[in-house]
Amino acid sequence: METIKNYFFRDMGVMLGRSMRHILRSMDTIITVTIMPIMFMLLFVYVFGGAIKTGTDNYVNYLLPGILLIAIATGISYTAYRLFIDMQRGILERFHSMPIARSTVLWGHVLTSLVSNAISVVVIILVALMMGFRSSAGVLSWLAVAGILALFTLALTWIAVIAGLSAKSVDGASAFSYPIIFLPFISSAFVPTQSMPGPVRAFAEHQPVTSIVETIRALLSNQPVGNEIWVAIAWCVGIMLVAYIFAMRAYQKRV
Amino acid sequence: MMSQNEIAISAQGLKKSYKNIPVLEGVDFEVKTGSIFALLGSNGAGKTTIVKILATLLKQDSGNVTVNGFDVASKPGNVRQSISLTGQFAAVDEILTGRENLIMIAKLRHLKNPHPVADDLLKRFGLTDAADRRASTYSGGMRRRLDIAMSLVGKPPLIFLDEPTTGLDPEGRMEVWKIVKELAGSGTTVFLTTQYLDEAEQLADRIAILHKGKIIVSGTLAELKKLFPPAKVEYIEKQPTLEEIFLAIIGKKKEEN
Ligand SMILES: Nc1ncnc2c1ncn2[C@@H]1O[C@H](COP(=O)(O)OP(=O)(O)OP(=O)(O)O)[C@@H](O)[C@H]1O
Ligand SMILES: [Mg+2]
Repeated sequence: METIKNYFFRDMGVMLGRSMRHILRSMDTIITVTIMPIMFMLLFVYVFGGAIKTGTDNYVNYLLPGILLIAIATGISYTAYRLFIDMQRGILERFHSMPIARSTVLWGHVLTSLVSNAISVVVIILVALMMGFRSSAGVLSWLAVAGILALFTLALTWIAVIAGLSAKSVDGASAFSYPIIFLPFISSAFVPTQSMPGPVRAFAEHQPVTSIVETIRALLSNQPVGNEIWVAIAWCVGIMLVAYIFAMRAYQKRV
Repeated sequence: MMSQNEIAISAQGLKKSYKNIPVLEGVDFEVKTGSIFALLGSNGAGKTTIVKILATLLKQDSGNVTVNGFDVASKPGNVRQSISLTGQFAAVDEILTGRENLIMIAKLRHLKNPHPVADDLLKRFGLTDAADRRASTYSGGMRRRLDIAMSLVGKPPLIFLDEPTTGLDPEGRMEVWKIVKELAGSGTTVFLTTQYLDEAEQLADRIAILHKGKIIVSGTLAELKKLFPPAKVEYIEKQPTLEEIFLAIIGKKKEEN
């Protein structure tokens, strides 16, 4: 038993390598998770951008945080998909009958989700730089942005785990992410909430995406983050804990 | 009495129901270390259920089950150290290549030299040419061979094969039989399930027949044959079986080449 614990991280590395190969070998995943948010960015900046009044002269700067969240929300639907596929195939039974910690399989998927989303976030930021994105943020602010995005990814990943474990079909496994992908559109990600009608505005201002977007935007433009950062962190940690508990329950039921 | 280490698997009074439907209603058997044991049963008899319990994937409702001297319910971790499962449905990663599949398992078994281990198994199972193709492009027989090869990584002393030849053509079947015989020759204990009497006959040292939740008979082939209706001598024109036709044609083709 002791040796199983000693090998935990090595085994998880093997699982990470496995699902990273899955990602790199499916063009569909790469296109949806990085190209689609980039298309959104192009569309909003070069087509709608002229008509949107945000009070900033650089719309790419305004838009980028929301685009990153959309990319992550798309990315985690594939986490659910990969987990679902694993649950259907015999490969999981093989892993579970081997002398490795059973949770390695699950944590391998979670780690893959973090790594692959980090990659797509970096790619999108590079494209944004080419489109005129500029930031005066220092190293600490960038680290804070990375931290918040990682928390957001983890929170959504555990929701994805619930979906992947309890879905009855492939479509069901990834459909849960559509509302999440949609959330940034009803937030301050693309337009300031002041322009929205009453009830929509109330929703937009109190849903998690707005506080996360506002925090990242403030960090990237070197503005004071105020209380917003704590609201954002509280949302992410709260969602993560609740989702984690339910995901673990779903996992116990399956194995 | 046999000593503990001569018995690889022992099940006593094994019971298991799904919801309220009983599947196993008191199953008893023993498997000697180094032997080939065949569990024979028709569709839905509960063969896979037994394999899953032995491989610690499923918990029994009651009964004592030990594998290599360890109780499957209370010491699953120890059981997993010495077993390897080839489930009823091929457990290969379709997106990875054959070689990558084997290397992955070798790494998870913490072997020092995963690459040579993979090369060696690919060669042994005639998969060297297909080694760097994705498993999704493999034929059913190739996939099954890769599946069994993956189970042999790290040389586990006890191997479960759940219907290893179902869905294979006659040639594929014989390849798997050859592998199983080689395994037993090297001292590995093999627990296999099958729906075919001839398969059990070909391979097993001992055969147990599972029917309606119980082992109705078990023993060596010779012991079992005494229980079967006596062979009758009749003169009828015998049509060649599909298997014979197939093998004859394949054989001719090979000679021509
Ligand atoms: N998870 C499950 N929930 C409910 N019933 C199940 C479950 N798994 C198996 N069964 C039932 O238990 C019985 C035995 O199933 P099992 O898969 O062990 O049979 P088997 O001998 O392996 O059959 P086959 O030759 O078709 O593989 C079947 O009637 C099956 O429908
Ligand atoms: Mg079965």
